[in-house]
Amino acid sequence: MTAKIELSGVKKHFGHKVVLSGVDLAIQPGESLVIIGGSGTGKSVMLKCILGLLTPNAGTIGVDGSSVVGLSARALAAHQARFGMLFQGGALFDSLPVWRNISFALAGPAAERRAAAIDNLSRVGLGADVADLRPSELSGGMQKRVALARAIAARPEILFFDEPTTGLDPIMADVINNLIRTLVTDLKITALTITHDMASVRKIADSVAMLHEGRIVWHGSRDGIDSADNPFVDQFVHGRADGPIKMQLRKL
Amino acid sequence: MTGLATTFAHALIALGSVIIALLGSIGRLARFALTALGRLVRPPWYPAQLFEQMLVIGYFSLPVVGLTALFTGSALAQQIYIGGSRFNAAATVPAVTVIGIVRELGPVLGGLMVAGRVSSAMAAEIGTMRVTEQIDALTTLRTDPFRYLVGPRIIAAVLVMPALVLVSNALGVMGGWLLATGRLGFNSAAYLNTTAQFLKTDDVISSMVKAAVFGFFIALMGCYHGYHSSGGAAGVGRATTNAVVSAFILILLSNLIITVIVFGS
Repeated sequence: MTAKIELSGVKKHFGHKVVLSGVDLAIQPGESLVIIGGSGTGKSVMLKCILGLLTPNAGTIGVDGSSVVGLSARALAAHQARFGMLFQGGALFDSLPVWRNISFALAGPAAERRAAAIDNLSRVGLGADVADLRPSELSGGMQKRVALARAIAARPEILFFDEPTTGLDPIMADVINNLIRTLVTDLKITALTITHDMASVRKIADSVAMLHEGRIVWHGSRDGIDSADNPFVDQFVHGRADGPIKMQLRKL
Repeated sequence: MTGLATTFAHALIALGSVIIALLGSIGRLARFALTALGRLVRPPWYPAQLFEQMLVIGYFSLPVVGLTALFTGSALAQQIYIGGSRFNAAATVPAVTVIGIVRELGPVLGGLMVAGRVSSAMAAEIGTMRVTEQIDALTTLRTDPFRYLVGPRIIAAVLVMPALVLVSNALGVMGGWLLATGRLGFNSAAYLNTTAQFLKTDDVISSMVKAAVFGFFIALMGCYHGYHSSGGAAGVGRATTNAVVSAFILILLSNLIITVIVFGS
């Protein structure tokens, strides 16, 4: 079966700083893959390379077998239209009310777009009463849910979630995790999530990959992470300071 | 001798680095401007964004531009009167005021005031959108940031600046007239008659051309620095400062170039 998304030898550097040093990864259609890894390991950069927001310095990225590197502006726009993305901070447009944020990518008369926005709000557990509020009037959890509604509004084939539970309390984080799992299952979407949150991993993932120093150091099923014979995964899953992953700290 | 040669070599390297960095900046700016202008040619266009920006840049800048012109016109008339009186040429106040305002001070001061108000606001808004990933979000929502954010701002600034400067010129001349008739003892009808005699169509056209060019630079600098901002709140602050400073410099430089081309011969 052709992978929905396939990365092969993807490298990306910014000046002298190497962020991705040869990523190989395949995501199957309908699969929910979660990428784990410490801060600054290149998870967000990898997502942006797949989206075409950044161009890799080397390697290939394919979606449904078609390369996405070096596309013309029009082909790149068509490629990006296949994705929905939940950004880490929500990235809602401050100047627009909630309903216009959600329906931003939709065409048609305003009344239809508003109705579609309210329908998507209900999918993430919010009522029509928030449709006319500004993003600044919402709590962090509600902003995340609105951002999720916006990400699914155009019914994308592939959804990306960048740290979906960062900054949320554990209960709200679980609400978001449940929503993501339900949406991915109901809408039969291929999903790629990046997170540090092991509770999210256990709830959202079908499979898990670990990124460390710009490379995938482990890739396996969700149930396999606790028994993975990999010191990087073991240290990350158990949140230990000691292990092969070294934090760059100055000695006091 | 070796030490002197080394110092000279280091100075050359430093100078070369500065020149390369400057040329790089000019190249990046030119590429940004060409991309923005190129995308304007093809749809989709965003008329609602355009009208909103025309309102923000034009209508909301009227008070500051108008007051600046009014006060400057009055002060100019006073200074011309003082200077002219030394040569028995105080009667030149209306003529010199209208030429000074329409050819130079109206467009330049109007441009600088709008740059201070609008370039900074554009850089802050677009810069905040950049650091909070809203520009990336636009891209994933099938919207080209150049067409949605940059294009409408540039077109709006180019369209409304001539209108703003027209008002600025009128208020500048009025400021001179108010002071001259109220304080310097000029006859109102004679003042206005002399003003009309010395106001040439070419002066007004050059004023409008300058205003449109200034509008282009004001929006371009605000959008460029905002679009490339990075590093959180501090980065947005730097982008805002850079936008205003570079807009000021480009306004003054382009004013000099246009003045030399139009009036130099």
